[in-house]
Amino acid sequence: MLEVEGLCVSVAGKEILKGLDLSVEAGTVHAIMGPNGSGKSTLAYVLAGRDGYDVTAGSVTYRGQDLLALKPEMRAREGVFLAFQYPVEIPGVGSATFLKTAVNAVRKHRGEKEYDAMEFLKVVREKREALNISKEMIRRPLNVGFSGGEKKRNEVLQMALIEPTLAILDETDSGLDIDALKIVADGVNALRAPERAMIIITHYQRLLDYIVPDHVHVLAQGRIVRSGGKELALELEENGYGGIVPGVPGAEAAA
Amino acid sequence: MAALSAITRPGRSIAMPYAANFEALRAHLPGADLPWLAAERGKAIARFAELGLPSQKVEEWKYSNLSRLAKMEFAPSEQNVSPNVRSEIAARFARENAQTHRLVFINGHLDSTLSDRADPADGVRVLGVAEAMAEDAELLKRHLAAAPPFNGNALAALNSAFMADGCMVILQPDAEIALDLLFVAAPGTGIPAYHPRLVIAAGANSRAVIRERHVALGESEYWSNPVTAIGLESGAHMRHYKLQEESPNAWQTALITARLAARAVYENFIVSTGGRYARNEIEVALNDAGASCTLGGSFMLADVQQVDNRLRVDHAAPECTSRQIYKGVLDGRAHGVFQAKTIVRRDAQKSDGHQLSRALMLSPGAVMDTKPELEIYADDVKCSHGATVGELDDEQIFYLRARGIGEAAARGLLIAAFMNEHLDMVSDTPARKMLGAAVTRWLASRGLEGGE
Repeated sequence: MLEVEGLCVSVAGKEILKGLDLSVEAGTVHAIMGPNGSGKSTLAYVLAGRDGYDVTAGSVTYRGQDLLALKPEMRAREGVFLAFQYPVEIPGVGSATFLKTAVNAVRKHRGEKEYDAMEFLKVVREKREALNISKEMIRRPLNVGFSGGEKKRNEVLQMALIEPTLAILDETDSGLDIDALKIVADGVNALRAPERAMIIITHYQRLLDYIVPDHVHVLAQGRIVRSGGKELALELEENGYGGIVPGVPGAEAAA
Repeated sequence: MAALSAITRPGRSIAMPYAANFEALRAHLPGADLPWLAAERGKAIARFAELGLPSQKVEEWKYSNLSRLAKMEFAPSEQNVSPNVRSEIAARFARENAQTHRLVFINGHLDSTLSDRADPADGVRVLGVAEAMAEDAELLKRHLAAAPPFNGNALAALNSAFMADGCMVILQPDAEIALDLLFVAAPGTGIPAYHPRLVIAAGANSRAVIRERHVALGESEYWSNPVTAIGLESGAHMRHYKLQEESPNAWQTALITARLAARAVYENFIVSTGGRYARNEIEVALNDAGASCTLGGSFMLADVQQVDNRLRVDHAAPECTSRQIYKGVLDGRAHGVFQAKTIVRRDAQKSDGHQLSRALMLSPGAVMDTKPELEIYADDVKCSHGATVGELDDEQIFYLRARGIGEAAARGLLIAAFMNEHLDMVSDTPARKMLGAAVTRWLASRGLEGGE
């Protein structure tokens, strides 16, 4: 589904990704772990199409097409979804208005019928109840005044409504207490499907106790330096990034 | 000699051939048979001759260049319009509030065919200014005399000289009215100038909602120079809304003056999306204890449009409250101005005044000038002012696009959010609907439809 080959990315003239390779098949969950500053969030943003990330070499092929040639909104409509590490607050835009606009933009592109107001309320109710999101939260301006946990649950709600093909979760566990983490993980696990792939970006092993990956990759200094099964995450927890990737400056324990 | 040289200081005014041609044009004006009115017109044109059209050397006009307006040769506005024009107006600007009265003005003249004046409630009188000249000149004379003399305001003097029609709303104590006023510019021959006059006299504890909408049938050039004089007796509450959607080639210079007695409340909100040049000038005098005013405004401009908002609130008595809050969205090479002055007199203790200007710049060529001023002579007051100028947030745009919302729609959503939040100040539901629809129309006209 996704083939990343030799990807080099610079931000403000500084090279962050230095020849990254990654292959993700439908139905699989890949965890990308790495120390701070290794390029994890850069990978997430460059896949989603954010400005300011210059691809200097390499390619990204998504379902047979050049992902990097698509505008961010087209990537989203084609099924790429980024759950943000820091969801953006947008005063004055109601959460419900935003959700409906986004979901219908994607549905329209897929040739599906757009939801009317009544249908949409019904769909939202089902999904938000599973994520323990109150009706009141949906009425508020988007992410404004939401707690860290509420923002992350709201990201998963968007994912559940948009039903992406490739979901990229950027540090979705950061700032969550254990109860919120379980709710978010349950929400993500409910979306696991044979036609859908996920990339879970995380600094800590903890999230992977709840969302068990099929593959684990270690990202350091802009490259995937090691790949393995779910046991690689446990090894990282025991030995720290320094133990796995000797010579990684500033590498610390991943627990 | 000193006073005279102050008035005629070189460069402070611009010659205007149109005004000099008053003697020839006055024959077209209604009420020519009323000697007192002829005398008032004569005094007004003499005052204009003294003042001249303001140049940018006059402080309140420093952001506006009227030299092009000064050179224009204006024709008298046409009163007779074809039935086609009437049916187009009726179709395009249908009455939205069936239960309220609506007066329709075409080219500044009250059109009785399109106007809808059911029997007014007790204690309410609504009549056209030209009607008053013909039917109740004493009433008009009395109310014109009660209004402030517009000292030093050249454009108001010109309105007094050329005033042809308009509207009087007179409320007895405790009376109530909701009134829609539609001003339509219909294309004709030449470049017309209109000088409508609105007189609103609200008795003690009366309540009024007035919604004005200024539109054009085409994109013709014309000049509308309305003057509104409002007097609110004690406890009167007036909500006054205006949608300025003039032709993109039009000039509008509007003055509103309001005098408030004890505990009177004046709420004003103006949305400006039209005109090549528009001036919203509002002067409020809080003359007795506990009066309050809220002046809100939004302007959404593109191309070479300019809107110059100039507000002045005079706290002349204790315990009065004022709010002056304007927000603008500027695209292309548009130019927005917010000049607000709050004066707190020495005896006006416990005054509470706040000024805020916020502008959203969509293009590097757009310009916003902001000049909030507080002039405070009392010592126990709460006054503040603030101003921000910003751009759309790239992170917010990316977040919306990353959810499948196109770039234009994302920008539209954010602009609508910026504006609609402000419209919460509008407490009258039909007015909020009218003004909100204008925001949506502006976004659609720029290809920036966002969401719902």
